[in-house]
Amino acid sequence: MQAKTDLCYESDMLKPRYSIFSLARNAMNYHKDWERAWRSPEPKAEYDAVIVGAGGHGLATAYYLAKNHGMTNIAVVEKGWLGGGNTGRNTTIIRSNYLQDPSIAIYELARSLYEGLSQELNYNMMFSPRGVLMLCQTQHELRAFQRTAHANRLAGLDCRMVSPAEVKQIVPIINDDPNCRYPILGAYYQPRGGTGRHDAVAWGYARGADDMGVDIIQQCEVTGIQRDGGKVVGLETTRGVIKTKKIGVVTAGNVTTVMDMAGVRMPIESQCLQALVSEPIKPVIDCVVMANTVHGYMSQSDKGELVIGGGTDPYNNYSQRGSFPALEHTINALIETFPIISRLRMLRQWGGIVDMTGDRSPIIGKTPVDGLFVNCGWGTGGFKAIPGSGWVFADTIANDRPHPIAEPFSLGRFTEGRFIDESVAAAVAH
Amino acid sequence: MLLVTCPVCGAEGDETDFHFGGQAHIRRPATTNPEGITDQDQATYLFGRINPKGLHFERARCDRGCGKWFHIARDTMSMEIKAYYGITELPPPEIMAQAKGGWADYFAARTTEMKKSK
Repeated sequence: MQAKTDLCYESDMLKPRYSIFSLARNAMNYHKDWERAWRSPEPKAEYDAVIVGAGGHGLATAYYLAKNHGMTNIAVVEKGWLGGGNTGRNTTIIRSNYLQDPSIAIYELARSLYEGLSQELNYNMMFSPRGVLMLCQTQHELRAFQRTAHANRLAGLDCRMVSPAEVKQIVPIINDDPNCRYPILGAYYQPRGGTGRHDAVAWGYARGADDMGVDIIQQCEVTGIQRDGGKVVGLETTRGVIKTKKIGVVTAGNVTTVMDMAGVRMPIESQCLQALVSEPIKPVIDCVVMANTVHGYMSQSDKGELVIGGGTDPYNNYSQRGSFPALEHTINALIETFPIISRLRMLRQWGGIVDMTGDRSPIIGKTPVDGLFVNCGWGTGGFKAIPGSGWVFADTIANDRPHPIAEPFSLGRFTEGRFIDESVAAAVAH
Repeated sequence: MLLVTCPVCGAEGDETDFHFGGQAHIRRPATTNPEGITDQDQATYLFGRINPKGLHFERARCDRGCGKWFHIARDTMSMEIKAYYGITELPPPEIMAQAKGGWADYFAARTTEMKKSK
């Protein structure tokens, strides 16, 4: 499932390209003359389409609207700063080994786009296909992942089950005591999965979109959605009214708040998901390990920090501050799995507000209001999907009908009872 | 971390001593009007959620005390618990009056309904 991408997009770049030469040239000048990566324009009175939310998904949508569909008279409005929400708060895991066919299609589109994204955008997003290892620590989990493995191989994904001995080989620091509470019975391995630099994904897409004339307007909060006879006609924002016939809402945890402005009730609950990083240490782990039974996952950044994530808090939360018991639970799990980290100090922690759907799959597509499109519900695992999500959502907005890959993820599936149930298969950090 | 007091047995504890049961006051439409419900009504009942930034009403269970379910009125921004009330009750009137958006619509509909049935 290789996505069709144009890796040679560079001919009409307006800005100087980043290269070893530009780096050397600017180093000579003490880095005082770097051009701005994107403009900060005033909002125009009218656009062909407006994307609400300048996170990874919103910026990717704007980028592909301009690049694939020639829609350059568009804007992205953002209440805070670009990439400051969940795009900058996740644990950067990229994988596509989901159970259901629609999920495999969209996540694999995204993963394959990530492979060429740094070259395409001329922006290093440090995609590192270091492998994602999902541990099986109960018999049930082992069987569930074997089922996923079969489904994935039928879909053509490069994934396989590995034995406990091979797990120890891939991750020498893992606790392989067969008598511990949750012994390692095997693992499900996607060698082409890995990590990327989350900020750079937002920045790269922002720079690419801005280059093609897309206006990225930060510090601009949407306060109302203007409608006329069931059709979208404009947006009220803290920086004035913007007329438009197409609005794409990509606001993750705040999606209910925005969609309420158009009178659309969403099947979403907003919860806080936390992550934390340790002090930097020498390399100890060169893949991503997810321990779903005990609720924790870990990888090591290029700076040497261990990047750690776990489960959400059990109640609705908009505050971007999580609770301590959830963190404690995650740390307990990881110390059990990796005893070597027990004396490591944690450097910082943070929380992001994730938009949880009932079946743990996203919602992409049209809404009951004409011209209003929504892309949300990525819950605890949206980062990995950014390029694919932007690709299909841009197509959906441009052609006013769902992209074939986006079609199963429609809002209507909750009325039709046609769920894409990943709540079991997707485990903790899906 | 939330500090919670059970309104039924008076047990005090942190959030790990309680189980959170999600949005409060969800009513199964088929119970009152089995013929009249649409697919949309049923979808809203099962999956549609009032998910406010601000005052929210939710269910909780006193896990390590009496085991009873009860209601909490809580602000999802400040995390402040505004009121506890019984599992069969509506929120205290002064708290109900502060509700906005989806919750304001819900309580208005409930109040009208109660007046009619009287």
